[in-house]
Amino acid sequence: MNSPIRPKYTVGIDLGTTHCVMSYANLASLEQDEFSQQVMPISQLTAPGTVEDKLQLPSFIYQAHAAELANGAAILPWTSKPQHLVGEIARNLGSKTPIRLVSSAKSWLCHSGVDCKAPILPPDAPEEVERISPFQATVAYLQHLKSAWQHQHPDAPLEQQDLVITVPASFDPAARELTVEAARTVGLGHAILLEEPQAAFYSWIEKSSKDWRKQVHVGDVILVIDIGGGTTDLSLIAVTENDGNLELTRVAIGDHILLGGDNMDLALAYTVKTKVETEENPLQPWQFQALTHSCRDAKEKLLNNMTMDVAPIVIANRGSSLIGGTLRTELTRDEVNSTLVEGFLPIVASNARPATRARTGLRTSGLPYAQDAGITRHLAAFLAKQQHATGELEGIRLTENATFIHPTAVLFNGGVLKADSLADRMMSVLNGWLQAEQAPPARLLSGTDLDLAVARGAAYYGFVRKGKGVRIKGGAAASYYVGIESAMPSVPGIPPEIQALCIAPFGMEEGTQQELPNEEFGLVIGEPVRFRFFASTSRRSDRVGTRLNRWSRDELSELAEIEITLAKEGRNAGDIVPVHLCAAVTEIGTLELQAVSQKDNSRWKIEFDVRSGE
Amino acid sequence: MTYIESLMSTFSVDLTLRPTTFDLWHVCLAGTVVALMAVIILLLLLLLFSRSMNKTVAEPATVQPIHAQPAEPTVKIIEKIIEVEKIVPAPTPEPVVLKEYTPDAALQVLGLLQKEARFIDFIKEDITAYSDADIGVAARVVHDGCNKALNAHFSLAPIRTEQEGSNITVPVGFDATAIRLTGNIVGAAPFTGSLVHKGWQVTEVRLPKLTQGHNPHIVAAAEIEL
Repeated sequence: MNSPIRPKYTVGIDLGTTHCVMSYANLASLEQDEFSQQVMPISQLTAPGTVEDKLQLPSFIYQAHAAELANGAAILPWTSKPQHLVGEIARNLGSKTPIRLVSSAKSWLCHSGVDCKAPILPPDAPEEVERISPFQATVAYLQHLKSAWQHQHPDAPLEQQDLVITVPASFDPAARELTVEAARTVGLGHAILLEEPQAAFYSWIEKSSKDWRKQVHVGDVILVIDIGGGTTDLSLIAVTENDGNLELTRVAIGDHILLGGDNMDLALAYTVKTKVETEENPLQPWQFQALTHSCRDAKEKLLNNMTMDVAPIVIANRGSSLIGGTLRTELTRDEVNSTLVEGFLPIVASNARPATRARTGLRTSGLPYAQDAGITRHLAAFLAKQQHATGELEGIRLTENATFIHPTAVLFNGGVLKADSLADRMMSVLNGWLQAEQAPPARLLSGTDLDLAVARGAAYYGFVRKGKGVRIKGGAAASYYVGIESAMPSVPGIPPEIQALCIAPFGMEEGTQQELPNEEFGLVIGEPVRFRFFASTSRRSDRVGTRLNRWSRDELSELAEIEITLAKEGRNAGDIVPVHLCAAVTEIGTLELQAVSQKDNSRWKIEFDVRSGE
Repeated sequence: MTYIESLMSTFSVDLTLRPTTFDLWHVCLAGTVVALMAVIILLLLLLLFSRSMNKTVAEPATVQPIHAQPAEPTVKIIEKIIEVEKIVPAPTPEPVVLKEYTPDAALQVLGLLQKEARFIDFIKEDITAYSDADIGVAARVVHDGCNKALNAHFSLAPIRTEQEGSNITVPVGFDATAIRLTGNIVGAAPFTGSLVHKGWQVTEVRLPKLTQGHNPHIVAAAEIEL
């Protein structure tokens, strides 16, 4: 490794819940201070026997039956025997045989309560269908992207290029670690993580080239709203000044909200369903599937063409007779408005909060979808929770009576917000809140391609890391705590009180580590020890070593437990080793926890990704 | 004796024999023989030539997608050159070359139209019994789907961007394949007339690649739900 090969490209991968996109730029343009990038067409099977290049790779895997495909029908330009059917073909075949379709693997990665390395997908598959883990699915997508790259760039292996993979800002440390591990599995261990809303913002900077400094000012608080196919991701970026230079800091991230464009299409389909269904002729599952597709197309027509009031919806018969069995209905503008605009972006006050129902039992077979579809309510909760997000930054002052943080600019991302009526509604709701607190309206930063911005921004980030352009300061996305039992006399029947010990503060910078030498634990050799693990996206002033005796449920959310097993390594099983904890935020953007022996300084890694699926 | 029979007998004749008379009939016969021989030699040469061309194009058998664009290096046989020969008395007959494409790409487009737009179902259905309203409903499926398929696989552009109905002047040396003159065609270019149809041209074709084993004749698989 004494003569590392110089990378030729900076490559960005948007590993999306429903689509993956890959973008790249030649680093040679670095010298000219220019940045010209391409989105890579990804070769994929679109139907048995058919290979096409598409800009997006649908994040689906189809577990085909052995007899289902003809010999040689599943061939890719780089292999005659792909391990998994990935991409468009998976989505197409899966639409007719959902029991064999693996989807939303990414959402499972961030779902505490399941073991992400256990074969659990597809969750509703019958016994004989081979299941894979969410982790394996992620590996499969990355493997496909890597092979597609290699095929197009045989002279520039991906493992030698600068590589950035995006993750939701709301991904917890375990999900980030799993993503990096998946990349490592396919030989891309050098990949660096970037939060998606930040990537979208980088894409905006890149698109507006030199002009962006005129569009944002010192004191701006930029709200990034990213509504994708399956998730909604929120972030705040503050603009400050340092020695006359603009500085950008990601000051807050939102919760992981499983709510997106797919929910909208489904909602519309249910609205229309009642119009075509009769008691004698209920809709068949395949008809409902077709209806959902048809609703999506009709919705896009209505949302993008204000002169249309009605869009026809047709569900074609499955048999070869097209005219006989075809159902027809229509989707009206009123229905789109009431279902989507009012249903998902209702006009609410800034003190509205998303409704939560008590969950009935532990849901391990399904994803924890958001229970309140009102995205504006989730946004209101986020802004109020982050009211003091800029408290420590100079130059940003909130008006005195503010009840939530006041964004001054908004950047949209995700296909849903391409629709003007949804984007307009989002802005008018937000500006209504701001007006009520005598704050100036937020302006909309435009110019990015809402579908491809994340991948483009990721590639641009590789460029930024070379010292070109402004870098958004981020660091740890939350403060992290381990739960320790407080030293109290035990009371029968009452579980010992838990204290939260801060081990990594919010915004802890990449490439730094913090130790807690004064907090000593005794660990038993050979026995796994588990800690409860917490995160907070709103407690900013806690430092390493801060102990919390009580906290509100709003402040700290509990993540999956972390576990450490001290290998024997010449010691005797049963011995107790005094250790202290050490947390590091790595250069690639993951959190690393270690136990450090007080005696000889030897270190053991603490694992996140041992999620028990009990 | 018919012409052919005489020809046959010419071939079967012992060449040592000399014709006893040498009239105009024999001159014509000899001329035809020479012309036919020339045509046969030409055909053989062309066949040899096209064989050797195919050999150089043939790919090493590793990766199999069959490209639709002839420019790709991994192309399978895309066109065969068919010679259409007429026996003409003219001494130097100019060979007429008509291109004939392999049906794969055409079948593929048919398959795409069926998949996206139910094109074959629609055209093959007997529509006489249905009302216009019913046909209209199905036509939406076909229209939407065809539009989707066309946009996905072809880039289309009008040949003339002027408004239809406006007056257009066609310069000297215009491309007669792109512009068709009709009506009162007299005189010499430049011609001036009214634009009846703006024309369409395909600027880009993006057909999916097919794997080796794929049978393009199956434009829609039979579907059986279990």
